[in-house]
Amino acid sequence: MEEILNVSGRVIPHVYPHLEIWGSAIAIYLFIGGLAAGLLFFANFFYLSGKQNSMPMTIKVAPIITPIIISLGLILLVFDLHHKLYFWQLLLHIKMRSPMSWGAWTLSVIMIPAILWPLTYLEDTIDYLKKRNDKCKLIGLFTWANNLVNKIKPLVLLLNFFNKYKKLAAYLTIYLSIILGVYTGILLSAFNARPLWNTSILGPLFLTSGVSTAAALLMWLSNNPLERKLYSKIDLFLIAIELFFIIHMFMGMQAGGNAQVEAAQLFLGGPFTASFWVLVVGLGLVIPATLEILELSGFHVPIGIISFLILFGGLLFRFIMIYAGQASSFHVL
Amino acid sequence: MAMDTRKCVGCSDCVVACQTENNVPLGYCRDWIVETVKGSYPETVKMHFASERCMQCDNTPCVRTCPTGASHVIEGGIVKVTHDECIGCGACIEACPYGARYVHPDGYIDKCTFCDHRLEQGMNPACVDVCPTSCLIFGDLDDPRSPVSKALQEKDWYVLAPEAGTNPQLYFLK
Repeated sequence: MEEILNVSGRVIPHVYPHLEIWGSAIAIYLFIGGLAAGLLFFANFFYLSGKQNSMPMTIKVAPIITPIIISLGLILLVFDLHHKLYFWQLLLHIKMRSPMSWGAWTLSVIMIPAILWPLTYLEDTIDYLKKRNDKCKLIGLFTWANNLVNKIKPLVLLLNFFNKYKKLAAYLTIYLSIILGVYTGILLSAFNARPLWNTSILGPLFLTSGVSTAAALLMWLSNNPLERKLYSKIDLFLIAIELFFIIHMFMGMQAGGNAQVEAAQLFLGGPFTASFWVLVVGLGLVIPATLEILELSGFHVPIGIISFLILFGGLLFRFIMIYAGQASSFHVL
Repeated sequence: MAMDTRKCVGCSDCVVACQTENNVPLGYCRDWIVETVKGSYPETVKMHFASERCMQCDNTPCVRTCPTGASHVIEGGIVKVTHDECIGCGACIEACPYGARYVHPDGYIDKCTFCDHRLEQGMNPACVDVCPTSCLIFGDLDDPRSPVSKALQEKDWYVLAPEAGTNPQLYFLK
């Protein structure tokens, strides 16, 4: 029997005795990253499938959300840095072995199509809003933005250029959006010092969860029954994959080394058991999936509830993973 | 560096010496003492102390995950942080299995440097020089005739969390 009795002289705020360097800002940022990746993926994917007219919300209207939330996420991230005024150092270096570095680069690159894409659809967005609700206050804002865009000649030329190569851009953006979605998970799985995060399934799991939250948001925003039904089906499929990945993750950990078995215990009897299984798996996955099945089989279920639960579950999942991950270690004091 | 757990009495002189030498801000530290008790009363109880700090690993997860290259390895294998390149993201802290890094109140990430400013002048790290029982042995592990290499040849030793795969370079003599 061995036990460590006493540690003296050790005072390290946020590191010892409890590691808590990353908090809610990172969790929200990862949620936003996944959501943005999903929105971009759907817009570009259905654009390439030639659904411009049947899915206006996905392709023309919703993409305006992407650059806004990515900017919000980046602002959050910069404010979470401890050496804030040096954040530009991130864009002076490329470190391929550091997920944070190539993730920051992916985000910077993906910002270009994320901004240009909705700008090419500003007029369609205004039309769409007018058709749906004439008194919508956003119409004025978008009309002002559209006039502004048309006044800036280089931007008009750039948008024309973008329109010309839109198909190529869409292929590239799909690829980038998948990288962005996976990155939100790989960012965590790169740390072998945190056994809970150190599993390669985290990348696909976060990607699936991100795309699923995007599908939920699109389902909520759209008023087209066919579009809603499609996203309902997509979400059901993604939730099934997510549940599979989650089980797969715990199976992998249970079969792993001591540190990983202990990490899995955080969710299988440990302090995060109730919050994870009840709130994330129950409220965020199983219940919305059940409601969706009911909805698809003819019952009337308010879409807002389903979408909210999925979005809420996705956000909470990231919160719990961030905090639980930092509670898992190799027990080296 | 090697650390003789049989000689250490847990006086914490190394901790204070480090804080003084390196102007470690109040409420932080770069090294610390861990007291381990084996067995339980009335069976044989054994106790030993260990002075721990950054392990200056050979395979550095902190340097790998650093997005700007602020964390780097200098000649001789010491891991350092360039303050002006550090954005304070905390990735290296998450990556370190030993909890050896901290966020300096000025924002950058700070850690043990093996007192490289003293090494340049031919001196030992402050913790090594101040130790009253000489339990810290410092030197070049690549030189088979250095005191630290000899100590590792003569005595049994262990390292912390070898399963983390970092190949730590702070050896504890049994």
